[in-house]
Amino acid sequence: MMIFIWILQLICVPALSPLCMGIIKKIKAKLQNRVGASIFQPYKDIWKLLHKDEVISTDASWVFRFAPFIIFATTIVIGASIPLFASFLKNTLTGDLLVVVYTLALGTFFLALAGMDTGSAFGGFGSSREMTISALAEGGLILALFTTALSIGTTNLFVISNAGMLLSTQFFLSTILAFIGFFIVLLAETGRFPFDNPATHLELTMIHEAMILEYSGKRLALMEWAAANKFFIFAALGANLFFPYGIAHSVDTQAIVIGIIILLIKIFILCAIVGIIESTMAKFRFFRLPDLLITSLILSALAIGLIQMQIL
Amino acid sequence: MVNLLTTESGFFLLLLLYSLGAIGSLFFRKKDELANGWQSFFAIIGSLWGIFFSISAFFTGNLSFVAYSSVFPLLSFSFHIDQLSAFFIFVISLITLFCSLYGIGYIKHYYKKYSISALGFFYHLFIIGMLMVVTASNGLFFLIAWEIMSIASYFLVVYDHNDVNNTKAGFLYLVMTHVGTAFIILAFLLMYKFTNSFDFESIQAQAVAIPVFIKNTIFILALIGFGTKAGIIPFHIWLPVAHPAAPSHVSALMSGVMIKTGIYMMIRLFLDILQPIPLWWGITILIIGSLSALLGVLYALTEHDIKKLLAYHSIENIGIILLGFGSALVFISLGNTLLALFGLGAALFHTLNHATFKSLLFLSAGSVINQTHTRNMEAYGGLIKYMPQTAFFFLVGSMAISALPPFNGFFSEWLTFQTLLQGMTSVNILVKSTFVLATGALAITGGLALACFVKAFGATFLARPRSTEVAHAKESSLSQLIGMGALALCCLLFGIFSGYLGSLFINIGTHLTVFRNISLPPILSSKINFIAPNNFGSVSALALIVFLILALFIVVLLVKFVINRNQKTKIGATWDCGTNLTPRMEITATGFARSIILIFAGILRPSIQNEIEYRDSKIRYFPKSRTVTLRTRDIYRLYFYLPLNKFITTLSVRAKAIQSGSINMYVFYILIAVAIALFLS
Repeated sequence: MMIFIWILQLICVPALSPLCMGIIKKIKAKLQNRVGASIFQPYKDIWKLLHKDEVISTDASWVFRFAPFIIFATTIVIGASIPLFASFLKNTLTGDLLVVVYTLALGTFFLALAGMDTGSAFGGFGSSREMTISALAEGGLILALFTTALSIGTTNLFVISNAGMLLSTQFFLSTILAFIGFFIVLLAETGRFPFDNPATHLELTMIHEAMILEYSGKRLALMEWAAANKFFIFAALGANLFFPYGIAHSVDTQAIVIGIIILLIKIFILCAIVGIIESTMAKFRFFRLPDLLITSLILSALAIGLIQMQIL
Repeated sequence: MVNLLTTESGFFLLLLLYSLGAIGSLFFRKKDELANGWQSFFAIIGSLWGIFFSISAFFTGNLSFVAYSSVFPLLSFSFHIDQLSAFFIFVISLITLFCSLYGIGYIKHYYKKYSISALGFFYHLFIIGMLMVVTASNGLFFLIAWEIMSIASYFLVVYDHNDVNNTKAGFLYLVMTHVGTAFIILAFLLMYKFTNSFDFESIQAQAVAIPVFIKNTIFILALIGFGTKAGIIPFHIWLPVAHPAAPSHVSALMSGVMIKTGIYMMIRLFLDILQPIPLWWGITILIIGSLSALLGVLYALTEHDIKKLLAYHSIENIGIILLGFGSALVFISLGNTLLALFGLGAALFHTLNHATFKSLLFLSAGSVINQTHTRNMEAYGGLIKYMPQTAFFFLVGSMAISALPPFNGFFSEWLTFQTLLQGMTSVNILVKSTFVLATGALAITGGLALACFVKAFGATFLARPRSTEVAHAKESSLSQLIGMGALALCCLLFGIFSGYLGSLFINIGTHLTVFRNISLPPILSSKINFIAPNNFGSVSALALIVFLILALFIVVLLVKFVINRNQKTKIGATWDCGTNLTPRMEITATGFARSIILIFAGILRPSIQNEIEYRDSKIRYFPKSRTVTLRTRDIYRLYFYLPLNKFITTLSVRAKAIQSGSINMYVFYILIAVAIALFLS
């Protein structure tokens, strides 16, 4: 039974992440009065790309060739290290909050290097912008996650979501503040509005797309899939750390089924919010983004300040 | 053998080996190859012996002996090797071993240009100085060792003396290090005044006798003195100019090890000798640590001189070490010794880790400079195709220093974060807010360091060559590759065994007097998991690595051999928008960091200078050439050191008034001085 649950946990992220992308695109299409593609379109895209021939630049080194695999592998490892639908899977080996943050950074590192590797001006500037944003986002991300860690008294993500007492009156305000801080980082790290436009190939503004511009075929599929995974990971973290309701606490088929359904509902709500934000607001100018990220940092620091507890 | 390992003769053998290396190499003044062979041989043998000796001293415990009581009553050449000293001997020996291995091949390009035997002499003297600094237990003897270390390293900095920049850098280093020493001497004199001893143990025994105000003064003096050597901001200005000037394997030693002697003495003084200490010492060190970490990495981003960039990262990492150490001091003052042990453990672990990855980075940068003959990163590009192994080692070093799992940097930063997290649970609002600030600073520092090393690696090794020098670059020689490879392996191994090493380093503290009476919870001895204080979190390095490799393996297998078997891969040109791609279209190191610099413009104070030369100077319509100079202002020099310099110069000019030059006048001054002295006594 446990092995089955672990396998479910492992494939959960890569299996469901394209669906998130499809739903966001569908919501955006509806808000633009279009019919839009099916929500399963991203699966078909990935499948098609995986079977295409590819072109690799003469200037590219092994970093470019190997980066998609590394980036995709990091999202799989993180997928096993965060609570998704069951909090009883106490992963004390890699389930630490900082492990997740820095393993994500490992992916970002190779993504940015791959962008620079082909020597195109687009890739280089994409990397520069991506690193600028992710460097500034890191502070907010770590402090927001630390808020939950301090409230529960551990940095193990499974234990945090298992405790499920964050929205109690004691921690209510700090949880909400930290969640707002976290949500800003989510938008920044996953390249959504107002930080990046995932649908554009305009050289003046693109960030993520600029870095993967030279990719094609299976490597492009992996890159796109890994980006979707990253979005799913952030959404799951937001859903399970700040609103840990409905997560399965025990090895019980019914609890697990409910856990999966509630996880999906929570993530779809987050997708809907992202979709609505993307349809209703404009992308920010690049040099206004730091203000937003510093806001996230300050909100999270405030949230920590509001937590009253005593261990020392 | 076993006896030799743990007794004083073992330590003297260590010093003897290096002395032989130092003096012996002086005999080969005309024979460069022999001098190289001689000094490398003794450095390698000595450092191997040092590693054995320190490990056995680490596990057998205290070793205290007086080598020679001099005719001066206060000066005795006495040593004390406890676990803390043994740890630092280990770090020094480990890094010396790999730097010396690297040196065999690296020194060759100095043949016929400079004296190899002088390099050998000062190199060995430098190591002897460091070894004595971390073992001396008498203040005056310590100062002698400190001076040997500083002077020897000065001669190494100015070794490449045909470049006037290097001699200038050396001079700045000499001045700054002696200003630091002056503060240290003052601190020792104050301690002597109230304890009547220069011996560390008797100072420690009588530390309670020192009045609070004097103690605080000693703290500030020692912080400035040792902080100058460690490179904390704002006393860092010598570091980014002096470290790049030295030969690369010496820069690796200076950045990896020498600046840590400042940390060692801070631990010795504040945590061991001067206990008990007030709360604000720890808070001050935390704040200085946060500032050094954050500003260090920001200045690193503005650099495109590869060795200067690395030197600024040393400042950043000293800041991170101070965060661990500062929280240890705070916890001690609050009476939570268990947490203090963790803080100290984090600081020591990061000391070891920084020594390995920083020397690795300096060595690989040295190889690159050796091949391209420039330190300017804008002239590199595409080196991964010409020096693949060096590139790989630099990549490992970059990942380790950016705290990316599974390398060692991540685990010591993890422990530092966990320690800071414990501090945030404090009820004291001052303590809590300091810790929140420190955590935020550390988090942003981590992000910026990542950006900086994407820039450093990308601009140096990726894309196309930006100068003709690159196209002539060849892979480093075998000895250099072995030196770098071994360090890269250390980065991985220290990561894998972080649980074990971490608990060892946390144990080091238990042998200091303040921690004597506490027993560690058994949970620490876990060798698989790396466990945080209060069972706050845990991480298994081995599991993380296995997970990563397994996931990578499965992904590669699935995509390459199951789904996608028959597809073709074509090699084509990078999308060029219809024009010819030139290296000028690549992003440069300056361009990469420009947006971050503009965001932090308030701190970094960037300046832009446009110069246009016209063909027709009258109507200024057709520009011949345009130059844009991007700089960042050195605010420390501008607002601190220059005014200070001006002040001292004015004071000296004023003081000149009493120097009339006539002997009679001077005799009169002596008379007055004697009269005052008599009157006062």
